[in-house]
Amino acid sequence: MNKSDVVIGVTGLNATDNPGPGISVIRSLRLDPEFKGKIVGLSYDALDPGNFSDYADSVYLIPYPSEGEDALKNRLKYIIEQTGMQICIPTLDSELPAFNAISDSMENAGCKMFLPTKDQYEMRSKTKLPELGVLAEIKVPVQRVIASINDVFSLHEQFTFPLVIKGVFYGAEICHSVEDASIAYNKMAAKWGVPIIVQQFITGTEFDVVAVGDGKGGLVGAVPMKKMHITDKGKGWSGIVVQGDELMEMTIKFMKATNWQGPCELEILRTASGEHFLLEINPRFPAWTYLSAGAGVNLPMAVAQLASGSECDAMPDPVAGTMFVRISLDQITHVDNFQHIVSSGECHRRESE
Amino acid sequence: MSSDKRLQELAVNESGFVFDPHTGLTYTANETARYVVEQLKSGESIENIVSGINEEFDTDGRDVYRHLLEFIHNLEEQGLTSAEAPVE
Repeated sequence: MNKSDVVIGVTGLNATDNPGPGISVIRSLRLDPEFKGKIVGLSYDALDPGNFSDYADSVYLIPYPSEGEDALKNRLKYIIEQTGMQICIPTLDSELPAFNAISDSMENAGCKMFLPTKDQYEMRSKTKLPELGVLAEIKVPVQRVIASINDVFSLHEQFTFPLVIKGVFYGAEICHSVEDASIAYNKMAAKWGVPIIVQQFITGTEFDVVAVGDGKGGLVGAVPMKKMHITDKGKGWSGIVVQGDELMEMTIKFMKATNWQGPCELEILRTASGEHFLLEINPRFPAWTYLSAGAGVNLPMAVAQLASGSECDAMPDPVAGTMFVRISLDQITHVDNFQHIVSSGECHRRESE
Repeated sequence: MSSDKRLQELAVNESGFVFDPHTGLTYTANETARYVVEQLKSGESIENIVSGINEEFDTDGRDVYRHLLEFIHNLEEQGLTSAEAPVE
């Protein structure tokens, strides 16, 4: 891959208070001193904040996954023709199945990706965590998948309170009683549907690892982090890179067991006695990915290189103590930029400046 | 990871800011606490640390010994040392 003229597309420009990872990924790519290529922002909403930042050279609206694979395929084909986009890095959970389904067609059009396969995507599903634990020889919390409110009233037979009720895609609530659990069940089911995941609550400190697998069972690179400040939505607003031998060992085991291809985030709990439990795998870059590049391990650039079929740069150990502290900024733009996106579905920032 | 290794890996700067790269936790140590941590990292015995504190900070031996044991207990609670306090 030639860093001086490569064109890379990145999704997830919804840099809100529950931020998508796109801007973090783009900033990582731009942090590479050799990168002189172009960034194409791929956005679902005209008001996604990343559409109005200077990080992307141009921005194109793409259809939501619910509009079907053909709509996405045709739109991306047009974008590839217009921009010469050679590599695409999808960053949102919900879009991965659709991008996976059209990967051949994108490659034929000249654009490559480095994504987890459909099987790998399924394997890391929250509902299949116990099976993954056995496969990878990793400890996971005791868990049960339920699909009826009646099941809540028999949870005490298997779990001790508190326990955690998790939505199938998103959200988790700690419940101290059957009443708490039934309220949380209804809330999660109404928002995300069933099934609902019930997990034994374990006291400890949570760590997160952003990692990239080479698709052959190897680990390309990883950065472990502890959140220092968490928002009311449970999002890390600041965090610090830690040295985590056990965290890295668990990440390596996960890669080996799954032959994971592409980026992911592991959520790991460390108990006071030093045990480590895998809580969840997110099959894409997290919103704090820029910390990895800041700590000397540019994982988004590695993914771009691997997608293109190149060897990736050597990955050093991350610098422990590197911190990120997120900030909210008001961006100033002109209505012309908004109008371009709304009326034509695209906006070319560099050319208009 | 052993607590002794964690103690060795503690990053302590001149102003007494302490970073534990294993947990990501940070602490603030005063001049005496910083001195003690550095001595423990060097493997000094508790008796030698007490003597050192008396010399460096012009303090009374018995109080120093008691406060030092208390401080080491705090470090043990944080998993930062397994140093056993000798019986007086």
